[in-house]
Amino acid sequence: MSVAPDKPAPASAPNSVGAHDTQAAPSEEARSSPCVHCGFCLPACPTYDLLGTEMDSPRGRLHLMDALESGRAQPTPTLLGHLDSCLGCRACESACPSGVAYGERLETTRALTVHAPRAEGTTSPWLRRALLFGASAPAWVVHAGVVVTAAAQRWLPGLTRGIAKRMGPGAEAGLELLARRRPRRARLPSHAKPDHTPKRRVALLLGCLHRPLSASLHEATQRLLLRAGCEVIVPPRQGCCGALARHLGELDNARARVAALMDDLAAVGRLDHLVVNAAGCGASLREAAALWPADHPRHAEALSLGERSVDALELLDELGLPPARRAVPRRVALHHACHLVHAQGVRDAPERLLASIPGLQLQALADADRCCGSAGVYNLLQPELATTLREQKVQACRESGAELVAAANPGCQLQIEAGLAAAGLGLGSTHPLELLDEAHRD
Amino acid sequence: MPRAPSPALTACLDALRTQLGAAAVHDDADSILVYESDGSRLHDAVPEAVVFPRSAAQVAQVVRACVRHGVPYVGRGAGTGLSGGAMAHDGGVVVALNRMNKVLRFDAAERRIRVEPGVRNLDVTRHVAPHGLYYAPDPSSQAACTIGGNVAHNSGGPHTLKDGVTVNHLLGVQVVTPQGEIVEVGGDERPGYDLLALLAGSEGTLGLVTAAELKLLRTRESVRTLLVAYPSVEHACEAVSAIIGSGLLPCALELLDVEVVDALTAAFGLEFPDGAGALLLIETDGPLAGMKTEAKRIEAVCKEHGALSVRLAADDAERAQLWKARKQAFGALGRIARHYSTQDGVIPRTRLPEMLRHVREIAARHELRVANVFHAGDGNLHPCLLYDDESADTTARVVAAGQEILARCLELGGTLSGEHGVGIEKREAMAQLFDATALEVFTNLRAAFDPTGLCNPGKVLPLGRGCGEVLAAGKQVSS
Ligand SMILES: Cc1cc2nc3c(=O)[nH]c(=O)nc-3n(C[C@H](O)[C@H](O)[C@H](O)COP(=O)(O)OP(=O)(O)OC[C@H]3O[C@@H](n4cnc5c(N)ncnc54)[C@H](O)[C@@H]3O)c2cc1C
Ligand code: SF4
Ligand code: SF4
Repeated sequence: MSVAPDKPAPASAPNSVGAHDTQAAPSEEARSSPCVHCGFCLPACPTYDLLGTEMDSPRGRLHLMDALESGRAQPTPTLLGHLDSCLGCRACESACPSGVAYGERLETTRALTVHAPRAEGTTSPWLRRALLFGASAPAWVVHAGVVVTAAAQRWLPGLTRGIAKRMGPGAEAGLELLARRRPRRARLPSHAKPDHTPKRRVALLLGCLHRPLSASLHEATQRLLLRAGCEVIVPPRQGCCGALARHLGELDNARARVAALMDDLAAVGRLDHLVVNAAGCGASLREAAALWPADHPRHAEALSLGERSVDALELLDELGLPPARRAVPRRVALHHACHLVHAQGVRDAPERLLASIPGLQLQALADADRCCGSAGVYNLLQPELATTLREQKVQACRESGAELVAAANPGCQLQIEAGLAAAGLGLGSTHPLELLDEAHRD
Repeated sequence: MPRAPSPALTACLDALRTQLGAAAVHDDADSILVYESDGSRLHDAVPEAVVFPRSAAQVAQVVRACVRHGVPYVGRGAGTGLSGGAMAHDGGVVVALNRMNKVLRFDAAERRIRVEPGVRNLDVTRHVAPHGLYYAPDPSSQAACTIGGNVAHNSGGPHTLKDGVTVNHLLGVQVVTPQGEIVEVGGDERPGYDLLALLAGSEGTLGLVTAAELKLLRTRESVRTLLVAYPSVEHACEAVSAIIGSGLLPCALELLDVEVVDALTAAFGLEFPDGAGALLLIETDGPLAGMKTEAKRIEAVCKEHGALSVRLAADDAERAQLWKARKQAFGALGRIARHYSTQDGVIPRTRLPEMLRHVREIAARHELRVANVFHAGDGNLHPCLLYDDESADTTARVVAAGQEILARCLELGGTLSGEHGVGIEKREAMAQLFDATALEVFTNLRAAFDPTGLCNPGKVLPLGRGCGEVLAAGKQVSS
């Protein structure tokens, strides 16, 4: 079970968890919500559903993490394999009546084991290393990497494919996804005000990978925020939110990124919100405070950042939009992005906003809140499981009768789009904000 | 501590790897560690291996290999059991049946469905709901627990009051006997012994269920759900007796005390009436025509017995929320304590207030907090002992308090288990409920099914009674 106060501090238990224990700063909250072993999370977990082994279920993984902490188990490649197979989708948290902060537990454990050796097989060590490098490189390097890879792929497809092949199926999957977007610089005024007194003063987060890949989404977001009465600032200096580093377990690096982001935001003055249009980034920012112990000077600042970070859909739903300017006569299925629905608890806002679009027909999507397999960089690290989940999602989309699938996270959007294309279906994918924008543009 | 695998075990697993494929057999340290517990944590025992058969034929192969090599085995569904039933206390093999989760046949007109044992209880209803049908037994764990586990524990739920338990909805089962044979039991009217009734509730000691044929009911025409607040548990208990005494027959009658209400408030942010010391969740169903009067009559009886407030769920959404809260109540206890241990005694309904006083007194004496959420209409108590550390002293107090509560249930003319089974937890207490002759009949019956004593040994029957399995295993059971 979780650590009782009278037990030795688990992170420093000898031999229990690799040499990198400086990274973790488990928060009080993560420790104070015990798993009572009821098993209610089992049916919610996609990997338990696919693999049928309790080692790959939330309850089982918590059990293994407890055993690691107490020194009852060692961070062997098999054990880490069970933790690595976790999507971090946090459907288990939505299902858990006890309120176990699974995501935080996983993050802490991953931080302690990030450099421990992994089993041969599923994940290519090269790809893992490349991602870890990306997670610790400055944001502009990531940005440049995306642009260069995309360009190389356009002009020298043989070369990129050759390299990806050597790095394994995960890299090939990544390349396939990248090929679906043409990176460009978003055209965004750095400071835009509505005609009347602004309801809120907000900053828009562009992200690292998504800055070049989601240019049109950023533009749509800014237009919608303006229309809802916000003063929108796009801070010129802004880096990555640290989510990727966090998912991989590189917490020191994530801290550095969030700290830099907080400094950059401080430079633009008082802000009511930091608006995010990628659920993965939003979830990570909302929980930024967990990166520092409560007595650290950055903790309070991160707490305030977390409180002010909001998904664009949630904010638009709260503020309300004037009547739409045109109908969008499309049949749309809404996929609930895990990091919105499970990690941020935002379920109804996207649906309400889509339902407000004249002419738009919402089609029921089976298991709409089940992970599509994208899960940050999971689709690169665990291509096999990710592909199965993608296929299940595609099947559900097919059965929904929709012509378009909306997902509030660019990663999911890309994953689903690639799946739909691979299945040869004539369905498209989009972000709910882009549909809203279509209805509200001049 | 992991023991070194015996040559017999190694031979058994080698055989199973050949027959089932290597991927279906796990004996690495991490896998077996995870299978050391179920829904309770008081009875942990690390098995020596976990195997994942995919069909009845494979289950039969597993059983035969275990018998040939003298390795004990125990079935497992979702591991939500609360009495340590799925634990391998003698070592050996856990037979995980959750991957056998297909619907085999569904006949809407005949209102019956045949499923593999790993199908989850709630998934049965999900499958048949589009045809206006549902599967009645509804354990609170129904989203997670499996039909195999339900048959093994003869599980019930809040609606047991009117609808009955698993055995009342079971048309037949397929089992792999402890001799490794696949046998169909039940089916249409047959003379002779009612083996189906025997297997339901046998806790996996007479064979492994590999398929079950279930009876389905028509979706209820109309339902009314009331949430009634009382100043104290005693008031609520009196109301329960009064409702039943008045000839009304609600389909569910659940009692939640203030500790549980606190946990639910923390978990779901629900707002419950101020000053309530206990809540009754009452549901009644039937033809639409009589519903309104029925609900009014229940309300009147509730008020006569001191209800602070009565709330009628306005719509399906509110009903669903109330039931969600009720069904997740055990899990939500994690909000107010790090661990809990649930008891499962049954007593005559009229003695509920008295018994609850005893429960509070016993818990206080052992310096434990206690929360109550239970099927009041059936007199099926679930006192949950709350504790925060797993030290030997605390665990001993929890176990002792639990045993005392059960003993008191027996004294008041009740019994040991309403629905969570005897498992390992209550096996010794069986000797208080049954005399030596009865226990001997049980032992002989079990030996007739399981002459080698390898099928879920150490469960249900008290040790030291010459149970076949103890003799056969020839070793001391550690607990
Ligand atoms: C929060 C919570 C609430 C609960 N509420 C209720 C309730 O309202 N009513 C109720 O009755 N129970 C309740 N339970 C107890 C438990 O869920 C039931 O006993 C359930 O039937 C167990 O099913 P399982 O699939 O989890 O079985 P497991 O825990 O895996 O196994 C239970 C027993 O069944 C045996 N078994 C499992 N599968 C098979 C098979 N195919 N063939 C033969 N034997 C098998 C095992 O060997 C073991 O002895 C609750 C549990 C929890 C954690
Ligand atoms: S639902 Fe929560 S408390 Fe229950 S087993 Fe899963 S994590 Fe533990
Ligand atoms: S985060 Fe998702 S994949 Fe991981 S344990 Fe929870 S439900 Fe399963």
